[in-house]
Amino acid sequence: MATQPAEKGFSHKKVERNVTLLGALALLTVTIGGIVEIAPLFWIDNTVEKVDGMRPYTPLELAGRNIYMREGCYTCHSQMIRPFRDEVERYGHYSLAAESMYDHPFQWGSKRTGPDLARVGGRYSDEWHKAHLIDPRSVVPESIMPPYAFLAERELRTGDMANDLTALYRVGVPYTKADIEKANDDIRAQADPAAGAGDLQKRYPKAQVRDFDGDPGRVTEMDALIAYLQMLGTLVDVDKAAPQERPGETEAAR
Amino acid sequence: MDTLVAKAGGWLGLALIALVMAAVAVDAPFAVHMIIVALAALLMLWATVSRADYEAIARGLLKMPGDQGLYDDGPVRWGVVATLFWGIAGMAAGLFIALQLAFPALNLNLEYTTFGRLRPLHTSAVIFAFGGNALIATSFYVVQRTCRARLAFPSLARFVFWGYQLFIVLAATGYLMGVTEAKEYAEPEWYVDLWLTIVWVAYLAVFVGTIVKRREPHIYVANWFYLSFIVTIAMLHIVNNLSIPASIVGSKSYAAFAGVQDALTQWWYGHNAVGFFLTAGFLAMMYYFVPKQAERPVYSYRLSIIHFWSLIFLYIWAGPHHLHYTALPDWAQTLGMVFSVILWMPSWGGMINGLMTLNGAWDKIRTDPIIRMMVMALAFYGMSTFEGPMMSIKWVNSMSHYTDWTIGHVHSGALGWNGMITFACVYYLVPRLWGRPRLYSLRMVNWHFWLATVGIVFYAASMWVAGIMQGLMWREYGADGYLVYSFAESVAAMHPMYLIRAAGGAMYLAGFLIMIVNVWATLAGKIRTEKPMAETPYNAAADRPLVPVPAE
Repeated sequence: MATQPAEKGFSHKKVERNVTLLGALALLTVTIGGIVEIAPLFWIDNTVEKVDGMRPYTPLELAGRNIYMREGCYTCHSQMIRPFRDEVERYGHYSLAAESMYDHPFQWGSKRTGPDLARVGGRYSDEWHKAHLIDPRSVVPESIMPPYAFLAERELRTGDMANDLTALYRVGVPYTKADIEKANDDIRAQADPAAGAGDLQKRYPKAQVRDFDGDPGRVTEMDALIAYLQMLGTLVDVDKAAPQERPGETEAAR
Repeated sequence: MDTLVAKAGGWLGLALIALVMAAVAVDAPFAVHMIIVALAALLMLWATVSRADYEAIARGLLKMPGDQGLYDDGPVRWGVVATLFWGIAGMAAGLFIALQLAFPALNLNLEYTTFGRLRPLHTSAVIFAFGGNALIATSFYVVQRTCRARLAFPSLARFVFWGYQLFIVLAATGYLMGVTEAKEYAEPEWYVDLWLTIVWVAYLAVFVGTIVKRREPHIYVANWFYLSFIVTIAMLHIVNNLSIPASIVGSKSYAAFAGVQDALTQWWYGHNAVGFFLTAGFLAMMYYFVPKQAERPVYSYRLSIIHFWSLIFLYIWAGPHHLHYTALPDWAQTLGMVFSVILWMPSWGGMINGLMTLNGAWDKIRTDPIIRMMVMALAFYGMSTFEGPMMSIKWVNSMSHYTDWTIGHVHSGALGWNGMITFACVYYLVPRLWGRPRLYSLRMVNWHFWLATVGIVFYAASMWVAGIMQGLMWREYGADGYLVYSFAESVAAMHPMYLIRAAGGAMYLAGFLIMIVNVWATLAGKIRTEKPMAETPYNAAADRPLVPVPAE
């Protein structure tokens, strides 16, 4: 650039001669967008509309969710149904913010190489899930999903589940003292009807208690993953939560 | 001598701590990781003792100072080699998982080789290992030249390089063992994140320290972009990875945020990993290497100021476009869409500044395959920064989201812009860093260019078709008022597209392999005898008038 007359007021030359100024201004510039967009989500109340039925995951469901994450299921399956006619008819009621309020981290996903799973709970039998996970093409010939036969053979080893519930409690999930104390027993109680469920279903309403993998002798990773899949989208009575905007229902009919 | 003993003792101590952690670990992957850390520390111990400069120690110095009359290019050379190594690994993994989608038998019935575990391996290897090493190497090269000063804190610069490689190894082995936070592009677990934070702060110190040492009054524009990349990545990495470990001797942690808040934090991170890692950092490479290779000054100084501030200000806002029509509040979605569309302008401002730098040197596109790569990189940058804002419009996104169109968009940016500009910079750097007269072969660069370009076209075109086909099939209604296709039918329809995509990826990888041969031969000091790219053939014998020969 040609030489210019003496600078008056602000000049960019000051910034490009001072690395502290440059760095501080750059940091300031990049923080604004995040503060304006993200911070309000923590204090605007209607970001997450309260709905009945949401509860934290049972330890078995949580262990299943951890397997879901470990295997990278989120790379191909979303858990977020958008409010379109075709999605609602294909997958069920569109997802509500509250339905993932205890998800640390969220698993909404970004890609549907396979179908959405937000409401897969109760749609298929346990036997179907087991067969599908062991050999996906035995039940869906077009499927390109990897096989997960090893889940059925491997006993569920979570370590001390009380640690996991405590960590979640610290980030805001309302587990009770009893939940944390009984965390390890609850796993067996949910997957093994013979062991007796105790007060599991009182502390975790709608918890499904049964042997999920057809192998009652032991609790496998398959038990945990199917328990998780079978509860997805089953906690909230969505029709009660959102009386309006029901697809296919006209103003007059309501 | 005392310092040497202290240093060696420190490495030994670190190795022992890691071994103790491995012994008391609550899960096997954590134990494996601690053993890797212990091995790395022992390796450093060996290097400290066996490669110590005992002559210098005798004179009371820890190390002979390097030649102050030369730039400190050791870490840059390692960085270039690491870029090529991780690039091949990451792209081979990409080709493999692309083939898995066409032929699921390639999941091999092993837990370690399923798509779900290899996909993060592929994305992290190409973004953070290939791209990250390219950024670290070029930033160390550029900051020294544009400041006319040697690297500040030379030992710390070496720590940055090796520390970053350890981060890559821990992340990659973790994915294979299923250690993941399950947040895209931020998958490494809490202890690997902490390690990266330490390395990153060291990186910032070396970079800023070198700028402080500069012998030039101005900080060159490439350094603004590198600086904003380093600072912003630090901010994004720390906030998005906030989590509480279940056990401090275990690999599992739980994210600090949940649901909606976690989703927007993640995509604020995810979109700006693109914006700052893959854009700002690579624009810094453009602002140095394009003018150098073209031997022309940057087109417009004013445009670079506007480009810089508007780009870094606007990018941060664009994250919500990854969450259109989800449970994220509508105001945030709309805000994200508006800023994404505005972002088109600074993106193209940068592209114009790069392309117009060739003013007066456009003939080089014909004669210099490295310039050709740079121009193609900028063209793909322009293409994908138009496509991105378009896809962020809610109406378009309602169809494109969740489909392979997104995958195609990402790859036209990653292969076209990041890959091409990195290849061009490495071709520029290799002869200069190793003191060779020129590359082994320019014609091989040309082959690389065409294989890569055609490969990207196959890739992007097949994914456009695939994505639009998925989007339309999922929402197709018949005359009877029912959905026409089951999900499985849309999966089956993808098969030919997945094959074409894999073919495109294979071509791109083949071009890269040619590059490896070329760089290898250059390092070996060979020069290929070949027809030059530029010369018009001249045949003196034919350059004569036709003299009529009288008949006998």
